[in-house]
Amino acid sequence: MSSTPSTPSTPPTSLTSSTSSNPSTSPPSASPAAPPPPAASPAAVAGPAPRSRPSRLGRGDRLFLAAVIGLPLAALLVFVWLPALASAALSFTTWDGIDLSDIHWTGVENYTQILTNYPPFWPAVRHNVVWLLFTALLPTPFGVFLAYHLDQKIRFTRVYQTAIFLPMVLSLAVVGLIWEIIYNPDTGLLNSLLGAVGTGHHVDWLGDSDLNLWAVLVASGWRHTGYIMILYLAGLKSFDPALKEAAALDGANGRQTFFRVILPALKPVNVIIVVVTVMESLRAFDIVYVLGGGTGSKPGMELLSLLITDNIIGESGHIGYGSALAVVLLLVSLAAIGAFLVQTFRKEDR
Amino acid sequence: MTTSAPRPDLRSRPPRRTTADGTRPRPPRDTGRHVLLATVSVLWLVPLLWAVYTSLRSYGDTAQHGYFSLPHSFGLGNFTDAWTQSGMPHFFLNSVLITVPAVLGTLLFSAAVAFFVTRFDFRLNLALLMLFTAGNLLPAQVLITPLYRLYLLIPLPPGMSDSLLLYDSAWGIIAIHIAYQCGFCTFVLSNYMKTIPKEISEAALVDGAQVWRQFFQIILPLCRPAFAALATLESIWIYNDFFWPLTLIETGDKRPITSALANLQGQYFTNPNLIAAGALMTAIPTLLVYFALQRQFVSGLTIGSGKG
Repeated sequence: MSSTPSTPSTPPTSLTSSTSSNPSTSPPSASPAAPPPPAASPAAVAGPAPRSRPSRLGRGDRLFLAAVIGLPLAALLVFVWLPALASAALSFTTWDGIDLSDIHWTGVENYTQILTNYPPFWPAVRHNVVWLLFTALLPTPFGVFLAYHLDQKIRFTRVYQTAIFLPMVLSLAVVGLIWEIIYNPDTGLLNSLLGAVGTGHHVDWLGDSDLNLWAVLVASGWRHTGYIMILYLAGLKSFDPALKEAAALDGANGRQTFFRVILPALKPVNVIIVVVTVMESLRAFDIVYVLGGGTGSKPGMELLSLLITDNIIGESGHIGYGSALAVVLLLVSLAAIGAFLVQTFRKEDR
Repeated sequence: MTTSAPRPDLRSRPPRRTTADGTRPRPPRDTGRHVLLATVSVLWLVPLLWAVYTSLRSYGDTAQHGYFSLPHSFGLGNFTDAWTQSGMPHFFLNSVLITVPAVLGTLLFSAAVAFFVTRFDFRLNLALLMLFTAGNLLPAQVLITPLYRLYLLIPLPPGMSDSLLLYDSAWGIIAIHIAYQCGFCTFVLSNYMKTIPKEISEAALVDGAQVWRQFFQIILPLCRPAFAALATLESIWIYNDFFWPLTLIETGDKRPITSALANLQGQYFTNPNLIAAGALMTAIPTLLVYFALQRQFVSGLTIGSGKG
């Protein structure tokens, strides 16, 4: 968590430096322009190419390369980036969603509306923050904790790993139904257990708006722990054991070795799990949708992602609201995405 | 990962002293560790086992004795009921018809992009890679409003969809899966292709091999391990996806099984045994893939998480 606020400030510098240093990786493919190119005869017609590289490629080759990059790029731009940008544009308009000529520019009206006059907005923001804090404070450190213990060269690690990671393989919709069976106030495991113990309370875990978010968070944490555990375990496996040896020789105990030696050295993995935690908290949708009864947001469980779909699927759809909410979500996720990109592509600099 | 493999022997050699009866005395800490990990493992399996237990009991049994009771009858009745009454075979088929083309398309497209950025560096390498990777990280809800409208505007020929639109058709779901998942796979595959020596394609070029042959006959076969990992991971992800069909397919009959589950929930709201059976049946394909190909699944996940 503590590393996210600092990372968004780095993208500009590190991105520019990485693009400027990028040509340094290209010479390997650029330099062999000199060897006799047998297939270059048709390409020679293309004349003095601005860059020497493509000149040894025939027309068929160039067409192929154009398709190889063009088709996926077109798909990405049309289906992903165009909608993302259109969301931003639509957030400044009012539109009934039917006729394109009915789009009217309204400036920041949607934003002032959702901030001041849209009751579910602030609860949703609060719930997203609670979601993030809960996930960052419990399942994520617990996953790291389990990974640390699984990395200790003991037997049965694969069995433990398989069991704890299992929920991650299930779809969130299935996870939702599995927990529905546990939380059901009349027939669920939880109330049956409480009843057997003697506290004859009839708790409506998913209906009570003070409780239901926490009930959903437990279900989500059940899945998240295994995910973090696997990611961190891979990081630990790549950790140089010599460092641990050295720490042990210096008299460090297990805890000191972990916090003073391993944790700082695994910064790349730390950033990844922070980003994963933030992204999962922002994206949370399926499990809340299913546990909320499959009808959109429910009191106590409003989330930004659910409000967005409320505003496009429902009959009373309000495209502008949905888009403004999407932009809020987009801005927060861009910070996390930036941190991820900086972390993963930084090594390209070297 | 590779460098750490030989080392554990070095590390664990000192304490490894065999006693007379041939067993190794283990440090006492390991017992605590096993207790901890075993407890967590069991706790983690409880929700799933409870669903299995519930699904195996008949509704009458649970209604009479309560859910938290010993079983009076065990059987697969709920599974056969869910299978026949709610049209599950049909929804499974929908899932296959969406997942298979979407996975193949994603792998082909992302291999193409990775091939381009790693073999033919046109100074866009990093920018392209970031564009694709970032695209995959955008929350789906950010895209959905305009995408929904876009799908209503794109026509399809009658043979492809009876809605005549990308909206409410399997093609639309396949398209968004490919476009959206491409980012992740491109990222993983480009990391993988970087490890293939440049000399291989240089040699092929000098021999006069055309670029498409380089791609299909040299690079793609060399990427087989990465494809195995990604195919496993993407099949599970795409099969498990709930959001796109929920928002982009209007006709309940056309939805894949994961999204159709929500209907089952509404339809049999009062019968948890049947819902448990339906949910578990939906999970069976992913569980089988997971148990059979766990290594591929985990390695796909971890190389993709920035270690590559």
